[in-house]
Amino acid sequence: MNTDELINMLASGDPRPPAIPVQRMLTLVACGVLASVALMATFLGVRADLMQVLAMPAFWLKVLFVLALALIGWRLTARLSHPGLYGAALAALLAVPLAVIWTMAAWSLMAAAPGERSELFWGSTWRVCPFLIAGLSLPILIAVLRAMRELAPTRLRLAGAAAGLSAGAAAATVYCLHCPEMAPPFVAFWYVIGILLATGAGALLGPRLLRW
Amino acid sequence: MQRIDKANIRYDVEQAEIRLRALFLQGIAGDEAAYRQFLQATASHLRAFLRRRLSSWPDEVEDLVQESLLAIHNQRGTYDTAAPLTAWMIAIAKYKLIDWLRRHARRDSLNDPLDEDNEAFTTADGDAHEAQRDLRKVLDLLPEQQRAAILHTKVDGWSVRETAVALNISEASVKVAVHRGLKALTVKLRNES
Repeated sequence: MNTDELINMLASGDPRPPAIPVQRMLTLVACGVLASVALMATFLGVRADLMQVLAMPAFWLKVLFVLALALIGWRLTARLSHPGLYGAALAALLAVPLAVIWTMAAWSLMAAAPGERSELFWGSTWRVCPFLIAGLSLPILIAVLRAMRELAPTRLRLAGAAAGLSAGAAAATVYCLHCPEMAPPFVAFWYVIGILLATGAGALLGPRLLRW
Repeated sequence: MQRIDKANIRYDVEQAEIRLRALFLQGIAGDEAAYRQFLQATASHLRAFLRRRLSSWPDEVEDLVQESLLAIHNQRGTYDTAAPLTAWMIAIAKYKLIDWLRRHARRDSLNDPLDEDNEAFTTADGDAHEAQRDLRKVLDLLPEQQRAAILHTKVDGWSVRETAVALNISEASVKVAVHRGLKALTVKLRNES
């Protein structure tokens, strides 16, 4: 078959593209998030004092921080799944929530008595926090990567990393329902490490799973 | 002198963008003739783009032109009208090129300038060489229903309804079979070379 024959073949019949299955993609990602919530609720448990915690600004600072990262990561993933769209401006926007949490962290460290500072940074769960966030991100990451296969990412490592970032930040949001830590310095460091682990996993998986 | 060249190139880029975009948008709105013209113009641009970058493998150019055309066709739903169409096309062609180069494990050729995007679609090359592999044979490797759906609607000129009746499936299933089949074709092409 020469190229002209191929062109004839492709142009024949209705050239209107089939609709992108947005519904199916959203359902897939929602299932990933639900699986992550189920994992958290089963193996870690929702923190018992969640109702009291909901009234505390420190909790909402934490949630809004990871939620902002998740939303930017989500937009970034969507853009990088379309050929010819770039994400640099959007990626720069990630600096805003990071700057906010790091400022809050620095402020709370400076306000604390020297003896209390290490407690604010290390908390009591720093050993497991990043790994739990990364673990909870896996079902979301798999779902997002599957959904991206309906589109056409052309820079697979970058697109995979964006998927990992959104999955990691979404998993961190889920993890907030369990996590006993409230101090901004803890969140500003250990949560970010957890999200970075997920981002790295996405960058590793992207080139393998997103080829088309 | 250089300024004049640059101005000319920019003018050519804009012309290519305006023309291809108009044809493409008409095409995906359902205008078959416009879509055919779009694919023909795209093929010439792709050929020039790929020939320059595959100077060490002149015989492979046409295979990759076909692979890129197929990819552009399969992904035509992913074009975001807020961005330039040529940027979308070049991103796809470049992806297919890099994927091909990687498969052939010749990373040294990645040193060829891949980033001069603008100059890419100013030139056209209508001189098609024979493709190395016969797409028709690869088509035969597809599952029967997908193969039949593609051949009936796209080669034999049957309508979707006629094809649906002949294959004893719904019209929606015919469209899905064609779309999936053409996507499966890209995977087969990749595994084959």
